[in-house]
Amino acid sequence: MVVSPSPISERNIGDWLRLPPAGLQLLIETLAENHRVVGPQVADGAVVYRDLRGIAELPVGWLDEQDGGRYRLHQDPTAGFFDHVVGPHSLKNFLFPARETVASFVRTDGEWVQQTHAPEDRPLAVIGVRACDMAALRIQDKVFLGSGHVDPGYQARRQRLFTVAVNCRRAAATCFCHSMACGPAVEPGFDLALTERDGWFACQIGSPAGHALIQRLATADAGIVSCTVEEVDAAKQVSIDLEASMHARQPEAGAPRPRSLDTHGIRDLLYAQMEHPRWEEVATRCLSCTNCTLVCPTCFCSSVTEVADLSGDHVERERHWASCFTLDHARMHGGSVRSSTASRYRQWVTHKLAGWIDQFDSSGCTGCGRCITWCPVGIDLTEEVAALRHSDPP
Amino acid sequence: MISPVAQATDPWRSHPARIVRIAEEIGGVRSYDLVLDNTAVRAAYRFVPGQFNMLYLPGIGEAAISISSSMATPDLLTHTVRSVGNVTAALARAKVGDPVLIRGPFGNPWPVDRLADRDVVIVAGGLGLASQRSLIDALARHATACRSTAVIHGAKRPADLLFQSEYAAWKAAGIDMHPIVDVGEGGWSGPVGLVTKLLDTLPLDPQSTTLLCCGPDRMMTAVAEKAFARGVPADEVYLSLERNMSCAVAHCGLCQFGPLFVCRDGPVFSFDRIAQFLAVPQC
Ligand SMILES: Cc1cc2nc3c(=O)[nH]c(=O)nc-3n(C[C@H](O)[C@H](O)[C@H](O)COP(=O)(O)OP(=O)(O)OC[C@H]3O[C@@H](n4cnc5c(N)ncnc54)[C@H](O)[C@@H]3O)c2cc1C
Ligand code: SF4
Ligand code: SF4
Repeated sequence: MVVSPSPISERNIGDWLRLPPAGLQLLIETLAENHRVVGPQVADGAVVYRDLRGIAELPVGWLDEQDGGRYRLHQDPTAGFFDHVVGPHSLKNFLFPARETVASFVRTDGEWVQQTHAPEDRPLAVIGVRACDMAALRIQDKVFLGSGHVDPGYQARRQRLFTVAVNCRRAAATCFCHSMACGPAVEPGFDLALTERDGWFACQIGSPAGHALIQRLATADAGIVSCTVEEVDAAKQVSIDLEASMHARQPEAGAPRPRSLDTHGIRDLLYAQMEHPRWEEVATRCLSCTNCTLVCPTCFCSSVTEVADLSGDHVERERHWASCFTLDHARMHGGSVRSSTASRYRQWVTHKLAGWIDQFDSSGCTGCGRCITWCPVGIDLTEEVAALRHSDPP
Repeated sequence: MISPVAQATDPWRSHPARIVRIAEEIGGVRSYDLVLDNTAVRAAYRFVPGQFNMLYLPGIGEAAISISSSMATPDLLTHTVRSVGNVTAALARAKVGDPVLIRGPFGNPWPVDRLADRDVVIVAGGLGLASQRSLIDALARHATACRSTAVIHGAKRPADLLFQSEYAAWKAAGIDMHPIVDVGEGGWSGPVGLVTKLLDTLPLDPQSTTLLCCGPDRMMTAVAEKAFARGVPADEVYLSLERNMSCAVAHCGLCQFGPLFVCRDGPVFSFDRIAQFLAVPQC
């Protein structure tokens, strides 16, 4: 049965709309009136988040091929706006920026007075957030908002964040969100979620802010109408089919190995294997370069450095990303607690996949695969965990 | 737009304080008595022995330092500091009247409220005694009705024993003092060796003993082993760990020890909670 489209002004949270590309263009322009809008764009050989003015800048027709230590883009005439998957950037780059002043002080007449910064004037809107990165956002929320103390900068940016999520139609070989229960379907928490169809987007409203934006677009002639029941079902089927295909993937000769991770009892497994020789073996390959921690959308370690002007009377406390792969991370009087690469790789993996469960009641891994792709030597945590699982404790 | 900080909940908010007294302790170690400038902040400030402050010198940096003064006088906060690096060396150059900024107090304290009717054995290696001084003070003032208190304090040389001028008062309050040194020079007539040596012979009832230890990791592990050998259960042995930390509010991740944040879940842990990770080298 075909239901005639009702006017979208009657639509509610949870409803689906037909959004033509022109509607997405208008959506971006409308958001830009009071947001900084960023979205995926091809730059320097990768899809990265950049300030986005319109749909012409989106990576339409580009596909990424990802494998351990390998990322390649190529053009494909059948590829849509969002058939690439995750690049090196995630929401972390914006909500928990690599460098940020957390406090500043001015000295007048020998007295230090702490200053405060008004939050950035423009809230952020991000187009194209995948399920794994929405999951990473929920995980970082627990770190910066839910652990007893609130990080004011993160909170200010997070509260005003607008997300236009995207349900993936395709997964890279490095993607294993299906193993981590983090995708490929976007979970509630988005403002709007897009599923790309043939020449249009099925757009689901996820929040009051998303609803308000759609209401504004409805008054313009952007060709936005309600989806039919069949269109909604077909859009939902995209994620269901992709998830089924990810579970069914098999290694093929000459193609990157499709990743998955057996998470059964993983916390106890890793704690039981703390002195396994495999950690030493990884350490012969790992460069301690920190790439994995920098691209990981959930890694949250940081340290603070003092930045003073020449007079010494103006001091900023600058927080920057830290990595458990550096000696400085666990440096104390008397040396670093984790002086070997083996202990540092172990720290990363056991924190991500075991300690995180104790700390935040969820894994620290979303299965986005970035750490595999961007490791210069292709170290793959799914492979390392499998090796630990399939050998006896030492 | 920049205006004075209004948000009291900002974990990066530091409170200005002033050095009102400096005491030379042992070589390279000084105690700084700090008083918070703001009367409301000072009146609201409360700590429990074992907790620490982040002492901040703008432009130089911040360091985690235990509060070593009495809980009874929370408006005067003593910090006993060894000069080892950037911030602590700058403190060593500071004078009475100089400003120091404070964030705190932070951390899980010594189990003060679990010491009633217990035989308390405090074991301190070197500067570890700083984190226990306010605890000893509380026990000396009978703030908790423990059954007995013994303090074993180990140092390299007799001159490195910390807070010696207070031993007489602690003894007078009924505290059993057991200093021990590695090198018995300068007419030292007390015991020579490691703190574990005294634990071998200290009369104790394992069922009623609670042992509280602060010092280097290796020393604390050895002390705990010795306590277990004497029959003290693992959940009656408490250790105070030291790790690198930047934020003190479980955000920066630097202090992680297994799944624990030393700043928030520690620095004081019962042994059974951390045994699994203490056993792993470079954990
Ligand atoms: C909960 C807690 C309580 C504490 N309580 C006390 C206390 O009561 N008293 C006390 O004195 N201390 C205490 N500490 C230890 C104290 O926090 C540290 O000694 C202090 O942070 C050192 O800071 P700093 O800036 O002086 O040294 P830093 O400059 O940070 O140096 C620390 C050490 O690392 C070395 N180092 C630094 N950077 C490098 C590098 N790039 N390469 C090689 N080596 C390097 C330095 O030589 C030095 O040995 C406590 C720590 C914790 C966690
Ligand atoms: S550990 Fe790797 S796969 Fe997991 S969330 Fe981090 S970058 Fe993605
Ligand atoms: S695992 Fe790879 S990306 Fe991570 S530190 Fe080692 S070499 Fe670098």
